Amino acid sequence: MTQSVVVQVGQCGNQIGCCFWDLALREHAAVNQKGVYDEAISSFFRNVDTRVVGDGGSISKGKICSLKARAVLIDMEEGVVNEILQGPLRDVFDTKQLITDISGSGNNWAVGHRVFGSLYQDQVLEKLRKSAEHCDCLQCFFIIHSMGGGTGSGLGTFLLKMLEDEFPEVYRFVTSIYPSGEDDVITSPYNSILAMKELNEHADCVLPIDNQSLFDIISKIDLMVNSGKLGTTVKPKSLVTSSSGALKTRHQKPFDAMNNIVANLLLNLTSSARFEGSLNMDLNEISMNLVPFPQLHYLVSSLTPLYTLTDVNIPPRRLDQMFSDAFSKDHQLLRADPKHSLYLACALMVRGNVQISDLRRNIERLKPSLQFVSWNQEGWKTSLCSIPPVGHSHSLLALANNTCVKPTFMELKERFMRLYKKKAHLHHYLQVEGMEESCFTEAVSSLSALIQEYNQLDATKNMPVQDLPRLSIAM
Amino acid sequence: MRMVVFRGNTPSLWLSMSIVTVQLGQCGNQIGFEVFDALLRDSQSSHGLCCKRENEAYQASCKERFFSEEENGVPIARAVLVDMEPKVINQTLSKAAQSGRWKYGQHACFCQKQGSGNNWAYGYSVHGPRHEESIMNLIRKEVEKCDSFSGFFIIMSMAGGTGSGIGAFVTQNLQDQYSNSLKMNQIIWPYGTGEVIVQNYNSILTLSHLYRSSDALLVHENDAVHKICAKLMNIKQISFSDINQVLAHQLGSVFQPTYSAESSFHYRRNPLGIDWHVRPPSSGLPSLGKKSLNKDLHFNTSIANLVILRGKDVQSADVEGFKDPALYTSWLEPVNAFNVWKTQRAFSKYEKSAVLVSNSQFLVKPLDMIVGKAWNMFASKAYIHQYTKFGIEEEDFLDSFTSLEQVVASYCNL
Repeated sequence: MTQSVVVQVGQCGNQIGCCFWDLALREHAAVNQKGVYDEAISSFFRNVDTRVVGDGGSISKGKICSLKARAVLIDMEEGVVNEILQGPLRDVFDTKQLITDISGSGNNWAVGHRVFGSLYQDQVLEKLRKSAEHCDCLQCFFIIHSMGGGTGSGLGTFLLKMLEDEFPEVYRFVTSIYPSGEDDVITSPYNSILAMKELNEHADCVLPIDNQSLFDIISKIDLMVNSGKLGTTVKPKSLVTSSSGALKTRHQKPFDAMNNIVANLLLNLTSSARFEGSLNMDLNEISMNLVPFPQLHYLVSSLTPLYTLTDVNIPPRRLDQMFSDAFSKDHQLLRADPKHSLYLACALMVRGNVQISDLRRNIERLKPSLQFVSWNQEGWKTSLCSIPPVGHSHSLLALANNTCVKPTFMELKERFMRLYKKKAHLHHYLQVEGMEESCFTEAVSSLSALIQEYNQLDATKNMPVQDLPRLSIAM
Repeated sequence: MRMVVFRGNTPSLWLSMSIVTVQLGQCGNQIGFEVFDALLRDSQSSHGLCCKRENEAYQASCKERFFSEEENGVPIARAVLVDMEPKVINQTLSKAAQSGRWKYGQHACFCQKQGSGNNWAYGYSVHGPRHEESIMNLIRKEVEKCDSFSGFFIIMSMAGGTGSGIGAFVTQNLQDQYSNSLKMNQIIWPYGTGEVIVQNYNSILTLSHLYRSSDALLVHENDAVHKICAKLMNIKQISFSDINQVLAHQLGSVFQPTYSAESSFHYRRNPLGIDWHVRPPSSGLPSLGKKSLNKDLHFNTSIANLVILRGKDVQSADVEGFKDPALYTSWLEPVNAFNVWKTQRAFSKYEKSAVLVSNSQFLVKPLDMIVGKAWNMFASKAYIHQYTKFGIEEEDFLDSFTSLEQVVASYCNL
């Protein structure tokens, strides 16, 4: 079994990270009734004997003593991290895992990337090395950050290159929150595009998510919960947005509901690697199957169901509904419509009481309405994990490598160009040492090249699939 | 159930009796468990429909082939379990132990922490060589435990990374180190509509490599077994457990003891026996100009068929239909291509059961499809970087395509 380390950077990254750790503890507590430190828990948590001073005290087996998250928390402002350390999760983190500053990055990618990057390079490296040393077999770094600000965006992508150099064999999965159109940070297009160049070059896999989609999902749930439809009630623990039943009861903050969705995404992504099932899917299988070309590594995700009704009898029709929902644009965590775009590859990660025949029946049913690229007509990767998420009897995470990410990137580029044409706010960036206009032009051309790749794929969309002439053999 | 035999000569000396099973990857280990369970349950069954002495001979033969015995009498499977990550092996070991009737050997497993990532290249070029010594040692220990060793039964899937890549690597090693012993590979042919997106690449790499080192490939298609569960057994929600149990049942009915035509006094010693020589004619040989009994029916042309009958009335069963020349290629006499093994002892509580093992053109269509899909994907170079990263280059792919096109052509020409 392998371990993963979460690197949460910036305000957004840390808030999401906090929700993640809370829900991870809740999930493991539900599964692990005996309080024994097993391999599943060890994937994200260390077991530490707190009586031992210093860094020793890691316990590899036996009863759970004190669980510590395999995490590095980085923020150039103290507010969020301090709140975590004073909150109910304080025991899950070690002060040695934190890097903070006071002044913040001022929503400026260049400050995050160049100023704080060089300032904290050694410290960050040291913390990352330490966290890697605590792992028996480190497989994956999960980076959580937002694209629109300064720290998550700048410093977050700075350490991507560092991770690639220092730990070349460890996968880099990045969960990136993209700014919505109505984002209140004016320079978010600059920050995002400068960050995207780094994601293009140094990430193995990116899960782009935007706030608007998360918000829309919450509105949908609220509508459902408050409508009192058919007299049905929703199981509180099952809400993909709630922390109900989490080990630490926290005051639900405004972004908590949205952050919980992302936290659940990460839990479901790693469930088949942590828990047993009849068709396992390890994390290294994600990029193997979903990244046909190195630069096309952006995966659109959707989670279903969003809640469970308290009605225990779930007829098969409900199960099939879960599969249908996974492909609807309302359930995507990015504003994207995969059904009407071109699939390069698709992964279905199922949890709970679902068998191979259910999976196959739904693939057969949904296939005709989806368009796959000509060289990957049957491009499905599937997994079955026996353990469902808390509050559900089954769930589905769909990951799509699909040209439907293109509109997000194109919009971002448009917003960038609107600012850049007028050179608006540019001086804030250029006054940072090492920043030149070429950084901007290179970043936008990197994005343009990516968009062009998607365009070329889209152009093949309605073309008939032809079998290529095969090798002819002399007998 | 069908078999592809592609070696012309068979080892001449098969006086040995025990089979060592190598279970690789999630699929191989999940199936391996079901096979041993089915074999033992059948051998211990009291519904053999034969006399006590017959039953005892059957049990003893089955036990000797697949199990060794520990002091306290619990049979230990003659198996080596290999996987690159621990979850499945742990489950498999505990399921066996929980059954109370048999178990796996304490030191029979080889496990690592991180899987092969569905990457044949990683399994074959990285994990294989890295763990070669440990794995081969485990296998050697198991072989040494056999008084009389027959050969290897290697269970693996084609679609993933470990079963396929390490399976191919290990089979190659077995060919080098145990060239006189039979190596039979149980291959799981993946569902046509993906379990793994790169399954076609993994499959062609596996098959082309196994062709060089395996003696026989026993093929089970997931789609076919799934259909059996759905249509013949009416299972509503089919799980991999169901599928694996059907598979194990079929394998059990091939491998359990039978009498050969030559000797009706004791069970045949060689469980993996393929008794026929199959040699394609050198060019210039005229076809034998046979008359077929049934001109209207069209069969997949066979080069070898084995029928195994178990239970009631086996001695009087009429198998003449299997000798119809229409079933066979023109350069084979049916009498040379057809064999029947029998035993009165019933299998798995079925009063009468029969199994057909066939080497025929049945595989042409599925193989052609996989090669075609892999070729289309290869033309776009999709996913190739994942393989070249670990030393499997485009030329290796081309070699695989070439050798499989030859297989397809050979079978088509029958």
